[in-house]
Amino acid sequence: MSEQECLLKVQNVSKSFPGVRALDNISFRVSKGSVHALVGENGAGKSTLMKILLGLYHPDTGKIYFNGEKKHFYHPKDALNAGIAMIHQELSCARELTVAQNIFLAKELTLKHTQFLDKKRMIEQSYELLQRIGIDNIDPNTKIKDLSVAKQQMCEIAKAISYNAALILMDEPTAAIPSNDVLTLFEIIRALKKEGKTIIYVTHKLEEIFEIADKVSVFRNGMHVDTIDTSATNKDALIQMMVGRDIVDLYAKEKANIGDVVLQVENLSCSKKFDNVSFTLKKGEILGVAGLVGAGRSEIMETLFGIRQKKTGKIFISGKEVNIRSPRDAIKNGLAFLTEDRKNSGCFLPLSVRINTYIASIKQHSGRLFVRRKKTVESTKQMIDALSIKVSSMEDQINNLSGGNQQKVLVARWLLTEPEILIVDEPTRGIDVGAKAEVHRLLVNLALKGKAIIMISSEMSEILAMSDRIMTVSSGRVTGFIDAKEATQEKILKCCMD
Amino acid sequence: MQIKIQDQNIFKKVMKKYSTILILLMMMLIMTILNPKFLTTNNLMNILRQQTPIAIMAFGVNLAIISGGIDISVGSVIAMAAVILAKFAKVDSSGAGYPLIVPIIASLLAGGAAGLINGVVIAYGKVPPFIATLGMMSVARGVALIISKGRPITGFSDAFNFIGGGTFLGLPFPIYILLASYLIIYAILHLTKFGTYIFAIGSSQMAAEVSGVNVKKTKVVIYVISGVFTGIAAIVLASRTLSGQPAVGEGYEMNAITAAIIGGTSFSGGIGTAFGTFIGALIMGVLTNGMTMLQIEPAMQMVVRGSVIVLAVFADQYRNNYKS
Repeated sequence: MSEQECLLKVQNVSKSFPGVRALDNISFRVSKGSVHALVGENGAGKSTLMKILLGLYHPDTGKIYFNGEKKHFYHPKDALNAGIAMIHQELSCARELTVAQNIFLAKELTLKHTQFLDKKRMIEQSYELLQRIGIDNIDPNTKIKDLSVAKQQMCEIAKAISYNAALILMDEPTAAIPSNDVLTLFEIIRALKKEGKTIIYVTHKLEEIFEIADKVSVFRNGMHVDTIDTSATNKDALIQMMVGRDIVDLYAKEKANIGDVVLQVENLSCSKKFDNVSFTLKKGEILGVAGLVGAGRSEIMETLFGIRQKKTGKIFISGKEVNIRSPRDAIKNGLAFLTEDRKNSGCFLPLSVRINTYIASIKQHSGRLFVRRKKTVESTKQMIDALSIKVSSMEDQINNLSGGNQQKVLVARWLLTEPEILIVDEPTRGIDVGAKAEVHRLLVNLALKGKAIIMISSEMSEILAMSDRIMTVSSGRVTGFIDAKEATQEKILKCCMD
Repeated sequence: MQIKIQDQNIFKKVMKKYSTILILLMMMLIMTILNPKFLTTNNLMNILRQQTPIAIMAFGVNLAIISGGIDISVGSVIAMAAVILAKFAKVDSSGAGYPLIVPIIASLLAGGAAGLINGVVIAYGKVPPFIATLGMMSVARGVALIISKGRPITGFSDAFNFIGGGTFLGLPFPIYILLASYLIIYAILHLTKFGTYIFAIGSSQMAAEVSGVNVKKTKVVIYVISGVFTGIAAIVLASRTLSGQPAVGEGYEMNAITAAIIGGTSFSGGIGTAFGTFIGALIMGVLTNGMTMLQIEPAMQMVVRGSVIVLAVFADQYRNNYKS
């Protein structure tokens, strides 16, 4: 591609976060007037790259050329002024404002020589903008909150062109909209292309790429694998590239004796999140749950644990039907849940390590009214030793601990409830390699003791190394069960994209 | 080098733990220098006696703040409880009336009922604590005015008047009530399961829910306790002023909240102690008493008190910068 045809050139861009190399020497080009897809597994580096293009993150090294000029965006406003706009996955409209107000947010038109709003002109221009992308059924006077998600997205696109953006980034635009609206979206994209706009399209749905994109760039583990014409490839080849061949066996798992069924879930549904989920779990088994972000994995487990209310379905524990309406019910029935969001739904940041450890088993550590302090000190001490938690005093705020040690405290919290079934959601996210291996060892030891474990993970290597069986989830449905012996990355990914 | 860092940490910890006491002592020292009459047994007893209702209210409000909520209704609830108890504490010309226990129970029930409504509206109605208690602030004041027909109720039995005005073993009787209230709130907050739940909810409601805490029930009980403690404060106040006045208590909620905040309770929840609130209430008492002794006019006193609460919250933000 010649320099003139090239709209965006990313050259040797790297970006690291503590413990993670998110982007590793990325170079690729996007040509003017094309639809360019980005694909890759969770954590492959797509989002980081988008955030760099938008000025939300700053690259450690490397250069970005836009329209032939070297650019450095310090702030989303810089990117916007240069002509880069983004349609976010979670829409970022002001919901209480109207379509027109949103489109002209922070660049309102005023009547000549005054500071008064020129509402008429803004509404007219909003209407024209919507027409340009072929939309004539949205009234610019409606409030955003009264529109469907698909229509909100259309308004965002209209807003993007109102900035005269030459490059529009779309982050999984079809993740939250029904299939008939997807067709409309594709029409819009084609219209934009005809106008000479360039689109970077991030998606997990590979079929879409072949329908809409000219080129596709594949990312893996922060590296750019290749950029190819969509006409020169197919779905299997893309999956192959996304997965790569380098499976590192990080954790030597000891296989536990698999016992009787301890948990049986039948046709569990939760409105708008997932439908008809059924699975079983046996003693000593680690059931890996794989799926893309947003597939509904966490929601299934949250419903099982009583955080969300189920619509239909039955849950049996050790053959007996149980009615779980709150986490309290779940804990009483021998369930434990290590949540994904350590900071918000896990740790009590201002409180001591000791309180953080005994809180879920407080009943076992108290009399009728009073907490038995001595007992909590003993239990905490025992856990600190058993899990080798690094802490100077158990009265320290948990906030002062590293992520890995915080995670171990949370594991300790749930171990003290003596659960039969432990659900862990992304148990090693954001913790360093050493702590990761320790958390894995902990889980394996629990399985060896006959506990049943459900492990949600977005890390393919973790799923493969730890699981006895793998359940795949896609768009709120269970799409398959794969025995660990037959599991490969390709197989899992295929089911996850089903 | 290592040792030095540890030293600094210990210094910081000591400062954090005892900074409120230091502030109190420093204020007392300054007041004594400015006016030697400050440091007399008589005056100190006076401060305690005056500050008792505020301190007891602050104990309850403190629980709400630690749980991440707020109770701004206490200034009106104390008036409502005071006029309700006054109805029962009143004796006729021959000295006949209800037994002493009746007005006491009535006051605790009145405060508790207001707290129960606050708690249910907040926990089950999901109304923000500020709004729910703002509503109660107006409702309770209105009820106080209706019951009393807008006039103070006076004429109590001697036994009732002893609660606020009597002395026992050489100390004003209210001080015993203050200490008993402190011990009760200390036990509730720092020794019981329920107290742990308060801290947990204030740190992260979601994490508390997931850990099996009954968040709704806990919240209701928090506001009931806040109401009941306001009821206790009402008994002391009515007995000391020898009347149930519907207009009493205006601005008390601000004093109670300020006491808790000065005492190290974090407005973002999860942090606070019963002891700190006690000291915070005394600091407010010393401040008011001192300013009066120095003949600072009431309007200026308001300016100072207002500044103190903002400064206290400012310091709180500084202490808890990790949440941002």
